[in-house]
Amino acid sequence: MEWKEEGEKRPLSQRPEWSDVTPVPQDDGPNPVVPIAYKDDFTETMDYFRAVYFADERSLRSLHVTAEAIHMNAGNYTVWHFRRLILEALNADLHEELNFIKKVANGNPKNYQIWHHRRWVAEKLGSDATSKELDFTKKILSLDAKNYHAWSHRQWVLQELGGWEDELAYCKQLLEDDIFNNSAWNQRYFVITKSPFLGGLEAMRESEVNYTVGAIIAKPENESPWRYLRGLYKDDAQSWVNDPQVSSVCLTVLSAKRNTVFALSTLLDLLCHGFQPSQDFINAVDALKTPDLDQSDSNLATAVCSVLGHMDPMRVNYWAWRKNKLPAQTA
Amino acid sequence: MDSSETRLPTVTQREQWMVESQVFQMYELLSSVPRNAQSVLLELQRDKHIEFLTNGLKQLGPSFCVLDANRPWLCYWILHSIALLGDSVDDELENNTIDFLSRCQDPNGGYGGGPGQMPHLATTYAAINALITLGGHRSLSSINRGKVYTFLQRMKDPSGAFRMHDAGEMDVRACYTAISVASVLNILDDELVKGVGNFILSCQTYEGGISGEPGSEAHGGYTFCGLATMVLIGEVNRLDLTSLIDWVVFRQGVEGGFQGRTNKLVDGCYSFWQGGVFALIQKLHSIIEEQLRLLDAGGSAIDSPQIASTSCHSGQRGLHDTSGSAKFSNIGFNFLEEPAEMEPLFHSIALQQYIILCSQLQEGGFRDKPGKHRDYYHTCYCLSGLSVAQYSYSKDADSPPLPRAVFGPYSNLLEPIHPLYNVIMDLYHEAHEFFSTS
Repeated sequence: MEWKEEGEKRPLSQRPEWSDVTPVPQDDGPNPVVPIAYKDDFTETMDYFRAVYFADERSLRSLHVTAEAIHMNAGNYTVWHFRRLILEALNADLHEELNFIKKVANGNPKNYQIWHHRRWVAEKLGSDATSKELDFTKKILSLDAKNYHAWSHRQWVLQELGGWEDELAYCKQLLEDDIFNNSAWNQRYFVITKSPFLGGLEAMRESEVNYTVGAIIAKPENESPWRYLRGLYKDDAQSWVNDPQVSSVCLTVLSAKRNTVFALSTLLDLLCHGFQPSQDFINAVDALKTPDLDQSDSNLATAVCSVLGHMDPMRVNYWAWRKNKLPAQTA
Repeated sequence: MDSSETRLPTVTQREQWMVESQVFQMYELLSSVPRNAQSVLLELQRDKHIEFLTNGLKQLGPSFCVLDANRPWLCYWILHSIALLGDSVDDELENNTIDFLSRCQDPNGGYGGGPGQMPHLATTYAAINALITLGGHRSLSSINRGKVYTFLQRMKDPSGAFRMHDAGEMDVRACYTAISVASVLNILDDELVKGVGNFILSCQTYEGGISGEPGSEAHGGYTFCGLATMVLIGEVNRLDLTSLIDWVVFRQGVEGGFQGRTNKLVDGCYSFWQGGVFALIQKLHSIIEEQLRLLDAGGSAIDSPQIASTSCHSGQRGLHDTSGSAKFSNIGFNFLEEPAEMEPLFHSIALQQYIILCSQLQEGGFRDKPGKHRDYYHTCYCLSGLSVAQYSYSKDADSPPLPRAVFGPYSNLLEPIHPLYNVIMDLYHEAHEFFSTS
């Protein structure tokens, strides 16, 4: 914790610049519940915060006390809100503020208030902040590649301030590091659908299908690329059903007889959307049946549900429900 | 083409294997100990939990200063947990809680995280749910509904969504906390509802789940919030429910508990956020049927003009016959009348097993997963999820669960909740009565 810029860490009551201020105690009442045994320095800091907050004093010393309060409890949204009012009133250097936030975020990367504050500052700085924000989120994501707040902030930056150029490459890198990183897959979807430098979902579809199929073949037990593949055909189920690469990757995985749950689930969805299976599919599913299953399921979709019910017992009720709800004309 | 042996495990894989090994160790422990030790492990440690909870209500240590802006949440997490366990607090604690929460109430409406703090939607939701959980005239009448309405109006954004506080962040959580509060207090109207459905729809992702903001990743917490909100505003038929279901069923892992997102780790709190989604789904079967039928007919489940403007859901029938606030006032109430026609689509016993054997601490309280510390948040949501799982085979509110629906001894049975608000069913009814007539 840096104290140089805020003066010595003497109790506030002993600092000359605060001598004219009467601290305001918390109005907890005589018999509060969930009372917290605050340490003395916490109580004092918050008493002085309350004094300037209730007086609406938007000064430099108020700014300093908000920093101290934030260091003690980064979740106090009232303190952050008042800090913003002060920054505006003082017309403060917001680039400095980015540094302040960075320090607080180091200890609290999953805190809503910090990220909301960061967004507010970045919005005020506009495109001046773009590369700093992309660097900042990248740094946070290098420590935790799935930090939800970091990803939301990064998406906001791209949409409001730009910087799309390297984003697809960034996703690719993250997926090379960890092909199971669903946040990276989600970001990839965001980029291909929204980047002004790419052609949009339909234009990107073919190359994305190739990429995704490769990821599936490498790790068929990875749920992310299967969902991503389906997502590439959002709102266009017929094209999804008709894409030979989609059915083909199912067949490849089924034939290998390992980690087949998602392949079977995808095949089931295809069948429900009218996919006409070749004999190869029927044989592949047959090969996965265990002796106790009904061998006479004439309907492939029913057979797939049966196999799944057996192979994926956690979802036995779901597969039974799916079997029960099969459309009339599935193969 | 099997390359899985040639590459090093990724971070995701390593972390998952660590958790799996710890969890399976706990399950193996159960089968390896003698019978009498086994029955201890299977039992809900009611007394210990009540002790842990009541102590928290009375006094918290200095480390809780990081929750100094969340004290209504602490009240709700603790009181709701106690109520789930079928217990209650004494008169003194009850009165002190009502007084304390009154001090958290802002003169201009809404509740903040502590006395003197700005009002915030999440703490407003928590305070009101806590007061409903206490029940009784003094508690319920302490809520200034008119001012709460003013606060909600002020939090409403032109886009349709809500901000958590003045100039605060906007997301699906804010929508849920606002709408839930408005609904339970019977102050929900067209003005508050306008545009919410559009915002939540824009948050349903390609995976099928719902994210916090448009573009973000599908997430259990936001999926519960989004789905519950859509039900409360009568627009649940606009969501692609079949893909939502397909996403959420795969959130239950080999451990039995739920993960919050694809390829992430199991966490006890998702027992409610994800488990609660199933409780809601079970009552939406007629809408789901309709969506499936449209898919069958070759159309898109949600583009059809029929489905967009009407709803087969009996609780939502006649939604367009009335105007103003009347049309929303009984959605939460009528939702309970809807029988649960479907079997639960998740594995109820496996979830209960995870909660009791992996999240429960013998010394009281619940945690995220083995290796983590207990806390009041996880205690609340593990117990809420446990209740949802125990009642998942009950067709209607009046029939108690069969013994086979309950993991461990039948005495583990908790009180049932209202899945839209996550308050105890009976206490919800009392509040509904109170706010309908006042």
